[in-house]
Amino acid sequence: MKRYALFACAAAFAMAGCSTTGSADDASDADWTAPVGEDGNAPFSSTYERYPGRPTALVGATVYDGAGNRIDNGTVLFRDGEVVGVGDASLDTSGFDVLDGSGKFVTPGIIDIHSHLGDYPTPSVDAHSDGNEATSPTTPEVWAEHSVWPQDPGFTRALANGGVTALQILPGSANLMGGRSVTLKNVPARTVQGMKFPGAPYGFKMACGENPKRVYGNRGRMPSTRMGNFAVNRQTWLDARAYDGKKRDLAKETLKGVLDGEILVHNHCYRADEMALVMDMAKEMGYKVSAFHHAVEAYKIGDLLRENDVCSAIWADWYGFKMEAYDGILENAAFLQREGACVVIHSDSAQDIQRLNQEAAKAQAAGRRLGIDISDATVIGWITLNAARAMGIDDMTGSLEPGKMADVVLWNGDPLSVYSRPEKVWIDGALLYDALDRKRRPVSDFELGQPGEGDVK
Amino acid sequence: MKRAFAFAAGLLACASALPAAAQNIAMTGVTVATGDGSDPIENGAVVVENGRVVYAGPAAGMPQTAMPPMEAEPGTWVTPGLVATVTNLGLWDVGAVSESNDVRAGGSPFSAALDAAPIVNPASQHIAIHRAAGVTRAATVTSASSSIFGGQGAIIDLAADPQAVTRARAFQTVSLGESGARLAGGSRASAHALLRNALREASEFGSDARIPGIRSRPAEHGVGDDVPLDPRLVDNRAERGDDVLLSRFDAAALVPVVRGEQPLYVMVERASDIRSVLALRQEFANLALVLVGASEGWLVASDIAAAGVPVIADGLDDLPQGFEELAATQSNIGRMVKAGVTVAINAAAMENPRNLNQYAGNLVALSRIPGADGLSWGQAFAAITSVPARISGLGGQAGVLAPGAAGDVVVWDGDPLEVGAMPTRVYIDGVEQPLENHQSRLRDRYRDLDESDLPKAYDW
Repeated sequence: MKRYALFACAAAFAMAGCSTTGSADDASDADWTAPVGEDGNAPFSSTYERYPGRPTALVGATVYDGAGNRIDNGTVLFRDGEVVGVGDASLDTSGFDVLDGSGKFVTPGIIDIHSHLGDYPTPSVDAHSDGNEATSPTTPEVWAEHSVWPQDPGFTRALANGGVTALQILPGSANLMGGRSVTLKNVPARTVQGMKFPGAPYGFKMACGENPKRVYGNRGRMPSTRMGNFAVNRQTWLDARAYDGKKRDLAKETLKGVLDGEILVHNHCYRADEMALVMDMAKEMGYKVSAFHHAVEAYKIGDLLRENDVCSAIWADWYGFKMEAYDGILENAAFLQREGACVVIHSDSAQDIQRLNQEAAKAQAAGRRLGIDISDATVIGWITLNAARAMGIDDMTGSLEPGKMADVVLWNGDPLSVYSRPEKVWIDGALLYDALDRKRRPVSDFELGQPGEGDVK
Repeated sequence: MKRAFAFAAGLLACASALPAAAQNIAMTGVTVATGDGSDPIENGAVVVENGRVVYAGPAAGMPQTAMPPMEAEPGTWVTPGLVATVTNLGLWDVGAVSESNDVRAGGSPFSAALDAAPIVNPASQHIAIHRAAGVTRAATVTSASSSIFGGQGAIIDLAADPQAVTRARAFQTVSLGESGARLAGGSRASAHALLRNALREASEFGSDARIPGIRSRPAEHGVGDDVPLDPRLVDNRAERGDDVLLSRFDAAALVPVVRGEQPLYVMVERASDIRSVLALRQEFANLALVLVGASEGWLVASDIAAAGVPVIADGLDDLPQGFEELAATQSNIGRMVKAGVTVAINAAAMENPRNLNQYAGNLVALSRIPGADGLSWGQAFAAITSVPARISGLGGQAGVLAPGAAGDVVVWDGDPLEVGAMPTRVYIDGVEQPLENHQSRLRDRYRDLDESDLPKAYDW
């Protein structure tokens, strides 16, 4: 079992010498290594291995590569789980099963950066309510993967109706620090380890605003105010910075991972002014926010978000359900794009995860009405590569590029149209959904022998 | 490229402070969807005079008008306004701000007697936002919370005027299934006992108190109310036994329900629960039932069709949210329609009712998936216009572009079922409506982030 060294900045309190941006370069990777188990492995390691697939050439379709490019009459080649070629009709398809995609569209697998599938599964009964360890305002020690029920039927709907191939399962937002997230391949498995995305970094869920102060304020404890939220957060970071690693502490290990840039912060935050404060807190403490989630007021600070290189993971049109969501507008994504800030469309919903393409299209249309023209290829990036980037998996998936995982959706029409659906979905080159083959769709254990088993859903 | 487009009527030019008045409208060279279930008409025309539709159909058949020509963007569609049921529009400002939210009254001594009509706020942001999204009429109602009865819903229009309610006490709601069972004390058996007892008490109370029926109404009511009398306020004395559960006010409110004069919207999901609801008419023959939710309706579609009971169904629910929805599928509505059931898309089963058109569009998409059952474009559009209008008692008056119908006309920037389609003009009863609201004002302020001269607070 490895031991970790003293975090360099912990003793030196002066901010100047510390990592303030959390970029890969200045993160003090060598100073501290996440502990492994007695068996020498990282705990709860992924056991996922790709399923067999045929060497496949998708030809004749309109291809959005996820990185902002569109290829008409394009060709996408994949073999042995990897994309091996993306280009026009001139690509050689010999040795591949050729699938005619005329009139159809190809995108990378859709990625949802904000899901509670598995930790708030359906049926949504109390016995399944595993998303919020709402017993303390800071619970960095909990890991969402320990709550994920792989038999949640929601995973199957996200695959078949939404073309979702990877997703981040987050703890809920009752706590300021809700715990570690887990990134999954949307592959049915008997265990959560069988779904874990190999090589994906952990995320860390934080929440500002109404939820933590309401949950704990109602119990007569801190935080009961927004200023209380910040005080608890800052003290918790200070304590983590002072952690010497000699005695294992699950909470501090997670916080340490964040301070070292190995664990990515996903911060539930609605209001613009609060996001600005959080970004300053991150600078003070020496970490980086990867993405603000929900961020209904991100459009008010697109410039700040761009300068701080923080993504906004947002809905297209949710608003009004709570005070801090009162200023939600349809143009949020378009205004962020106008400022050159990073846009991700997320679901936070077992329903909307089935329609992220449509949510992205709604956000695009809102911009178009104001003369902000955002290309279809860019918009597809909101639900593929941008999400992958904010989750730290963009070197493996999120776009159709040689060497990347063959996570691919063939749509029966323009994915930005309400009239289109996934026709086929491959994960690591394995065909895991086919609308034209009744048996090529997953059915959760829960649904066997129940009314509607195996229905198109 | 702009196509010629005759837009009649004089008042268009003056967006002054004149009181809103119905305009005469004529449009041609646009795609017209009438809402009656038929396919859209390319190169169609619509004429509205004195607040009512005069013509909707192919441009070739348009009656003569002397209107000055106007320009329309290519791709413009003209449709009836969307009809949203069931909603709580006008009953809340911010969901989680309890002071601003009148949807639930868990601590109220009343249930069936609750009436949405006097509390609808026509100035609600949600009404303004949904008006701008093409919703022109809605059913709005409080939610069951102190008992299985949720109270009496109102039919409203979303016009920018102080008079939102067009029909007060248009329907009663009752929650059965899992949620009703919890409200009833813990089981479906209790919910059914409560319901039957309430209907029996109402039945006795109605005759003892000599509450007159619908045909006894003395005079026409100005707002088209077909339950003009508020039986709660009838002052006749009626002795009641000692073992009654309902307050006099709640019992009186259920009198028109048990007589079938006021529809009873039953929130229910499971197939067996739906069968039990349909069977209620063996005991209470006059009930005018409407099913709401009905996620497993497709399993009992022929029974529902045979009973002639309309359904306001959750459009895209396809997860076993509870054990009462194990068979939920997006094909539910398509299968019920195929079996002959009258089905509207439930506006309550989505993030907000302005997504009605997106939900309808998804049902069209479903028709291309083998094994799934979707709707044709015309059927899907009807499920958010004429069908909910008919269920809401507005048959022929709203949700359709047909001679004699209200001049609720929406001009869209494209196919209204496509994601991102938005109205460019909205008329209600022939009156052009403002499309501004809190969201549009924020949009205008943040078109840029320029504060070089003054803070954003001065940009308005």
